[in-house]
Amino acid sequence: MSKGLKSRKKQRLIVLSTAVAALVGAVLLVLFALGGDSLSLFLQPSSVLEKKIQAGQRFRLGGLVQDGSFKKLEDGLTYKFVVTDCAADIPVQFKGLLPDLFREGQGVVTEGALDATGIFMADTVLAKHDENYTPKGTMPKNVEACEHPEKAAGY
Amino acid sequence: MIPEIGHFALAVALMLALVGAIVPHVGIARGDARLMGLADRVIYGQFLMALIAFGALTYAYVISDFSVLNVAANSHTAKPMLYKISGVWGNHEGSLMLWVLTLTLFASAVAWRGKELPLRFRSRVLAVQSALIVGFLIFILFTSNPFLRLDPVPVEGNGLNPLLQDPGLAFHPPMLYLGYVGLSIAFSFAVAALIEGEVTPLWARWVRPWTLSAWMLLTGGLVLGSWWAYYELGWGGWWFWDPVENAAFMPWLIASALLHSSIVVEKRDALKSWTILLAIIAFSFSLFGTFMVRSGVITSVHSFANDPERGLYILGFLAVVVGGSLSLYAWRAPKLSPSGLFGMVSRESALVLNNILLSTFAAVVLVGTLYPMMLEATGGAQITVGPPFFEFAAIVLMSPLIVALGFGPLLAWKRGRIGRAGQMLIPALIVALVAFLAVAWDSAGGLLMTGFGLGLALWLIVSVFLELFERLQLFKKPEKVLSRMKALPRATWGMSFAHLGIGVILLGITVSEAWTTEKLLIMAPGEQAEVAGFSFRLHGVEPVAGPNYTAIRGHFTVAEDGQVFNQLFPEDRVYTDQVMNTTEAAIAPIWTGDLYAVIGESAGEGKWSVRLYFKPFISFLWLGATFMIVGGVFSLTDRRKRIGAPKGKRSKSAAGAA
Repeated sequence: MSKGLKSRKKQRLIVLSTAVAALVGAVLLVLFALGGDSLSLFLQPSSVLEKKIQAGQRFRLGGLVQDGSFKKLEDGLTYKFVVTDCAADIPVQFKGLLPDLFREGQGVVTEGALDATGIFMADTVLAKHDENYTPKGTMPKNVEACEHPEKAAGY
Repeated sequence: MIPEIGHFALAVALMLALVGAIVPHVGIARGDARLMGLADRVIYGQFLMALIAFGALTYAYVISDFSVLNVAANSHTAKPMLYKISGVWGNHEGSLMLWVLTLTLFASAVAWRGKELPLRFRSRVLAVQSALIVGFLIFILFTSNPFLRLDPVPVEGNGLNPLLQDPGLAFHPPMLYLGYVGLSIAFSFAVAALIEGEVTPLWARWVRPWTLSAWMLLTGGLVLGSWWAYYELGWGGWWFWDPVENAAFMPWLIASALLHSSIVVEKRDALKSWTILLAIIAFSFSLFGTFMVRSGVITSVHSFANDPERGLYILGFLAVVVGGSLSLYAWRAPKLSPSGLFGMVSRESALVLNNILLSTFAAVVLVGTLYPMMLEATGGAQITVGPPFFEFAAIVLMSPLIVALGFGPLLAWKRGRIGRAGQMLIPALIVALVAFLAVAWDSAGGLLMTGFGLGLALWLIVSVFLELFERLQLFKKPEKVLSRMKALPRATWGMSFAHLGIGVILLGITVSEAWTTEKLLIMAPGEQAEVAGFSFRLHGVEPVAGPNYTAIRGHFTVAEDGQVFNQLFPEDRVYTDQVMNTTEAAIAPIWTGDLYAVIGESAGEGKWSVRLYFKPFISFLWLGATFMIVGGVFSLTDRRKRIGAPKGKRSKSAAGAA
């Protein structure tokens, strides 16, 4: 009986320590991976300017595609447009097929880095998934400025 | 009038559910069999009412009754009938209706099929189910009523998001919900067992078919979702680790763990309290997932402010269900009688390892999904956690699982011998090493991970066959293989199929990730392009019209060595009722992979932007998932697992297995 108890305890201990080791491993994993490039900053144009983001640093840029800013270059595959949050604008260049739901005046999330001239070179433009889901952070934080541009000019 | 009937039916269902959640407990406390027996009838009543309500809403959709706000907001007269009907659950209110309908359906199935359960226990289970149904009905009636009227009545509805007008997505949510809701049965069984203070091997046998069904449906739902992303979004990918996908993946991981740990309870009377905990967590993840997707919590933190009532209710309900059941667990679990013993190297240990790795992976996915939200809610920077994080976690945590998967089934219960299993697996090891070296050698390090993935996949596939051969004694007594094949329990076939499915999926992922060829081009009609040895020729682009869209359709022929062997017709659609473009990729599966063409917009001068892919082995993803589901079906039809089976037969076959 006493032997049984002992080995049951031992068994619990083994299971428990394996579980703890796995959890610690998982936490380390999280810390390690979050430190790398898997974690990207998510910024809207005005914060990009505020934080003086350096050229070459990858981040996600979210905002509205400015009306009238959309252009296609001669190769037919490269697009230029401006992402705005109604307080600041950032020009974006992207080569590839745009997602179905891309349109001027609508929210967009792009991923890439600024080049030396301040143009955001995007390699990914994220599509909206379904009607209940918009990529996070596409709606400008200063909604007021987008809806009432005349007021925004004041500040 | 019909919508009012539906609304009324919901109210009646709520009353019945309240009765069903309280009366059985009173009956058990008083030992009154009649009150306990009431649980069945009340459940059937709830199902009937939910069916009437759902039918009423569906009817409103079918006849396009735009006086109902929900119909006007989500439907349109020009929509094909299939999408009028799938539009019912294509929105928040309707999807909750589907939840309630399936909850009552599953509960009725327990009442109907569970006649062998002791009356006392069955009525406990049904009372817990009723309590869950109460929560959902209150949510619908007070914050998300689908039967609200609209005045004045609009002439035309808003339409359903064209991306959702697709057979894949019409069936994906119901499948996923059936899986989610199936887990509620495991939850109710667990809570009932905690209240009763006893978990027996018999309990595990009762709960297993429900967990298995839920797991199969979840698997199907996940695959349909990823298949939809693959052919409808036109970007050639099939998994993005986005929060919506993760919300469905986490309960799947936990359900997989639960499936395995309940085997240990059934066979060895061990791991009881852990299994109960998994059952609770699995369903909590289902609830959390649904609410996360449907409430807009992940869309942005701001949507809480948009509809504080819904957001608060959701949080409250989650707190009651998760908090309540975990408190009950903390209070009662220590009282569960201690478990059977097993050695360090044994089938049990292998299953424990499986459980630890799967649960840890689920926890890591949860952290990755919630971290950005938490950070933002606490005023930190806005960040996103991208695919590299999840992929890294998947490799680190799932590789040991797959290695162990080769050994697990070969180990004996209680005390196994690793050396013996290792010896049997030598051929698998050789195949895996050869594959790894062949790929890694060839590429000067660039394809190291591909070689690793390929090695793992082949290790698993070969070891599944070795294990099966061992059971059939293929090499010892080949003449008896056929009769042994018949004698092998279906659950064993099920396990082999499911494990094989994982190997096949891994093979598909590895090969398609490494050797996909993608070309982005501008093409004029008559031009051709080479992709992975195939020449795609664009013959022309013509306008076509559908029921509620117009489109341009490209016509490609694909040739290999000058021989034309396939045609592709990708479309770019513009839906008219809710102006929106969708891409209809043209996909032709051939033996070695998928030919995949997408047509974009006009590039002027009669030229078109196109995207062409060759995706080798990608069909293995769907094939492997099918194997897993087939494995589930095999396991489910195993006579020993069938609760309704006559007692004599069952004990006989159980004795045969022991």
